[in-house]
Amino acid sequence: MIQEIGKYFIFLGQLLVNRETFKTYYKLILDECISIGIGSLFLVALVSTFMGAVTTVQTAYNMVSDFIPKYVISQVVREMIVLELAPTIIAVIYAGKVGSSMASGLGTMRITEQIDALEVMGINSISYLVLPKIVASLLMYPLLVIVAGVCGMIGGYLAGTLTGIITPNDYIYGLRSSYNPFTVQFALLKSFVFAFLVSSISSYKGYNTQGGALEVGISSTQAVTTSVIAVLIADYLLAQLLLAK
Amino acid sequence: MIEIKNISKSFADKTILKNISGVFEKGKPNLLIGASGTGKSVLMKCIVGLTHPDEGQVFYDGRDFIGSDRNTIIEIRREMGMLFQGGALFDSKNVEQNVMFPLNVLTTMPWPEKRERVNFCLKRVGLENVNSKMPSEISGGMKKRVGIARAIVNTPNYLFCDEPNSGLDPQTSIVIDELIQDLSEDLDITTIVVTHDMNSVMGIGEKIMFLYKGEKLWEGNKDDITHSGVKELDDFVFANKVMNSLRNK
Repeated sequence: MIQEIGKYFIFLGQLLVNRETFKTYYKLILDECISIGIGSLFLVALVSTFMGAVTTVQTAYNMVSDFIPKYVISQVVREMIVLELAPTIIAVIYAGKVGSSMASGLGTMRITEQIDALEVMGINSISYLVLPKIVASLLMYPLLVIVAGVCGMIGGYLAGTLTGIITPNDYIYGLRSSYNPFTVQFALLKSFVFAFLVSSISSYKGYNTQGGALEVGISSTQAVTTSVIAVLIADYLLAQLLLAK
Repeated sequence: MIEIKNISKSFADKTILKNISGVFEKGKPNLLIGASGTGKSVLMKCIVGLTHPDEGQVFYDGRDFIGSDRNTIIEIRREMGMLFQGGALFDSKNVEQNVMFPLNVLTTMPWPEKRERVNFCLKRVGLENVNSKMPSEISGGMKKRVGIARAIVNTPNYLFCDEPNSGLDPQTSIVIDELIQDLSEDLDITTIVVTHDMNSVMGIGEKIMFLYKGEKLWEGNKDDITHSGVKELDDFVFANKVMNSLRNK
């Protein structure tokens, strides 16, 4: 375990040494951004819309007292989505979709000697293959989190108003009342941390695949599992560091 | 010229290479032969630096490779071209992009010049009008040829071929062998070929190193190989039925 963490940090150290020119990375980063961002947009929007809808319905279900105003439902929805559901649950989905794809892609390149081919050409394969993935993740994941937040609140609005749980005015009022901008800053900070963890851990697992097709599958699974564990630990640590009073 | 001195390598408790030394000459194919599992590919990986030997040194035209700093290693590597067993073509790039890749990343050559160079190399390996095909759309023999084109596109000083004939039919194997030989001579480069194909050995084996259980047992050329007097080499050479029938005649 300790040895593995050490190897991971050595791997990260290799990202920034003997880099190629900026021009080389520019196109690679753009390609990764399209693959990561546009490729995940539909899934993120779909999941977060339903997350918002379910949160609204469940919050209303739990509010048994008539003394609590209805707009509190959308306040709760807002806080849950912004603080936790958008950055963290989407990170789990992101690890499953993007992380496994990164690990299996790099794993396949490893077992088919494509990574060796890069090394023999005198190219730092870690920097060339992994750095664009991490940079693209850092650029795109926060945007996906913003999309998830917006879709979640729209989902909540639709579920709440179409079923008569809450009026549109109450819902909008609840979203705006007692708004603390720090929650959004915190969510974006979390999204950068999670983006880095998922992309770097998945890349590390994929890059170090040894064996054949079976091992590529194992690396992919390990990438998702390890990334999710790292995200959950980081989630707790960040909450403890920045939110605990 | 590539010189190796006392290369040894073990994985866990298993010794793969034992104290191997030798010189690989310029302008001709140098063959590393031996049965499967004798350490040929490991030796080649030690020479190109994909595997770090436990002991020993590798010199590229007198330049120390193993003990050098990363910048020197990269400098020497940029003079290398390598054909991998499976071709190792990049799946996401078409034939032209694969061959052009070293030029794109390692040079500042203008686009028309790069295109011309790629077409020249593809023509040199007998491939034309396949520029836009993806690796999944071409045959194994074509992949090897594209791999060779990519290996020579940056005019290397050292060419490495790992089992260039594996999985190919005899006719295509001969084409690939002749191509490797012609390139070594025409470009005057140091070429090392790992093989266990006797057709290759008898066809292009101008300098041969025979490995047996991780040790170098014999060194010579194709004219001497049939009467080396080394039992293990005879067993390897005459395991081939054609070679055996020739000996019996």
